[in-house]
Amino acid sequence: MTRYRVSAAIALVVGFFLIYFVWSTQTIATSSYRFKLGLDLAGGTELVYKADMSQTPDADRAASLAALQGVVERRVNLFGVAEPLVQTEQASALSGTTEDRLIVDLPGVTDIKAAVAALGQTPTLEFRLATTTSVGTTTAVGYAATGLTGRYLANATLGFGSGATSGLASPEVILNFNSDGAKLFEKITRENIGKQLAIFLDGSPISTPVIQEAIPGGQATISGRFTAAEARDLVRNLNFGALPVPIALENSSAVGPTLGAAAISAGVVAGLIGFAIVALFMIAWYRLPGVIAVLALVEYVAFMLAAINFVPVTLTASGIAGLIISVGMAVDANVLIFERTKEELRDGKNPREAVHLGFARAWTAIRDGHLTMIISGVILFWLGTSIVQGFALVFVLGVLASFVSAVTLSRVFLLAIVPEENNGAWKFLLGSGFKTKA
Amino acid sequence: MYIIKHRALFFWITGVMLAAALGAIAVWGLPRSIDFTGGSLMQVGYTGNRPTVATIQEEIAPVGLGVVSVRAVGADTVSLRSRTMTPAEHDATLAALAKDASTTEVAYTSVGPALGSQFTNKALWAIFAVVLVIMLYIAFAFRKVSRPVPGWGYGFTVVAMLIIDIIVPTGFYAAYCHFTGAEVDSLFIVALLSLLGYCVNDVIVIFDRVRENLAKNSRVNSKESFEDTIGRSISETMTRSINTSLTVVLALLALIYFGADTTRNFALVMLVGVAAGTFSSIARSAPLLIPIAKWFAK
Repeated sequence: MTRYRVSAAIALVVGFFLIYFVWSTQTIATSSYRFKLGLDLAGGTELVYKADMSQTPDADRAASLAALQGVVERRVNLFGVAEPLVQTEQASALSGTTEDRLIVDLPGVTDIKAAVAALGQTPTLEFRLATTTSVGTTTAVGYAATGLTGRYLANATLGFGSGATSGLASPEVILNFNSDGAKLFEKITRENIGKQLAIFLDGSPISTPVIQEAIPGGQATISGRFTAAEARDLVRNLNFGALPVPIALENSSAVGPTLGAAAISAGVVAGLIGFAIVALFMIAWYRLPGVIAVLALVEYVAFMLAAINFVPVTLTASGIAGLIISVGMAVDANVLIFERTKEELRDGKNPREAVHLGFARAWTAIRDGHLTMIISGVILFWLGTSIVQGFALVFVLGVLASFVSAVTLSRVFLLAIVPEENNGAWKFLLGSGFKTKA
Repeated sequence: MYIIKHRALFFWITGVMLAAALGAIAVWGLPRSIDFTGGSLMQVGYTGNRPTVATIQEEIAPVGLGVVSVRAVGADTVSLRSRTMTPAEHDATLAALAKDASTTEVAYTSVGPALGSQFTNKALWAIFAVVLVIMLYIAFAFRKVSRPVPGWGYGFTVVAMLIIDIIVPTGFYAAYCHFTGAEVDSLFIVALLSLLGYCVNDVIVIFDRVRENLAKNSRVNSKESFEDTIGRSISETMTRSINTSLTVVLALLALIYFGADTTRNFALVMLVGVAAGTFSSIARSAPLLIPIAKWFAK
């Protein structure tokens, strides 16, 4: 018994420490352990872009997507958002074709049009080789991808060419590749002398020079088509990074700050009231074990909140709902154990033995039940969209935590106080139901 | 024992519930939200007088969005649903609404048509996968039970149950959508998938007891019939089946009455599902083993 009392005391101290930790970190504005709120709660904009990889060789897809993410991240930072989040996602094979997506979260931004416009300024830069195919008398000009894209761009500078035809110096944009890009550029030019190498900007050929000789050094020039102002803007935009592949806006959503704030306060109220009625029911029906279940439930909630902070799980309205429902589910294992303990008591076992047996014999049902819930939670997470994942993550975490809290905490607490003999007040305390006699 | 004695009655009640649910789905259908169909959903709040739906339709007609469904929400908000808007169209719509009134956009969601249909596929796959994996797990967990019903018989019973468990709340939601204008969104799918994971719990508790009682019977060489074993297992576990669900129901009620608007329909579906699931676990799951046992005895 002393062993259980020590364990129970430790568990209580840890629990209170967790509560204190969660509570105290919320009041510090700069703490990294504050709850991360999803866009539906904090307000903000989410943009989902589809990356067009049709011209990209499969081997390059991952690298292109990573480059895409880097470029867009730089763009978003330019936009001056507090905590922007740029993620990439490859749509699962089950949905048919694989699709590469770019998800941009902009907390606090509610003007979708401005956000889309800011990101839309990012140029897409590709080098393609012209190929001519003759069908009968007509010749079609096509462009084949070379793999040389904006992801190899180191920087761009503004220059003025000699202007052979007009006599005036015409503005040029000089592209400087990084070392990998320089090698690739040299290889392409060496192998394709005499062919046209088209420079595609935002999906259309902006310049189509013919390759005269292999070009080492990694510098390409776009000339002829710009006014000085256009060239200057292009250089500025290219220097913030050029997209390796074109992107198209697929989904967008924005939530105003008032809706999110209302959802948070409603969630907190529902959580507190939900916790209170579940706790009242447990104490009213199961008496002393009920009190212990509530104690374990407090620790469960403290652990969940701390875990949400630590992982960290981005909290959404659906995640809060998941947390509240999980409070109702977390006591389930306790119910199973207490009912079983009561049966053993009726069988004439002494209280401590009954508690031991109650836990041992309820175990298989608790294990099977929790595992099936984890299975559905994991599949939910796989289902994808952020609103679904917000719930699934909290759900799976909750099932795991309730597993631990019900099976270990309640057991330790109960064994720390239950006596050998079932007499006097203990008969009432270990009974159940709303009648006064057990 | 009551449930076993009158199991025909409970099978009938189930039949009626199922027929009502399927009828509701067939008659009213399930209106799918933009999560599935693709499209744009705008919520706009008015400060001051909110114009009528007809006025709003007139105001936004020049934007050229085609059919737009406009619905009044609460006291001062409207929601507009249309095909997927471009950012420019979205802006034009906002400007049109703000022409004669002071408005603020509360929320805006736009889903591309391709992504919508992908989600439908994924959701169906997910439901199928959950049911399949749960069946396999139950068959595995009960593999040592062989008489009079083998382990996979339990797995099969659970699947039969789970299918009914999701049809009933879906039928309820079809009726609910019909009368309130709610739609099947991704949270509805979340509710169904969590219900699958949760409802199986009650069944497991009862099956676990059947497993234990069968083992005990064979140890003491009891001549108790399978029917009686099941009846006894159900009544022995009745209180805990009800209490485990009751605690979740209490949490769900709190969520419905006090929780955020966005999760209210979700909680309602869960509530109906948990209630129906508990009923079906107690009244239907284990009794369903009896005809299976008879079939194996042949």
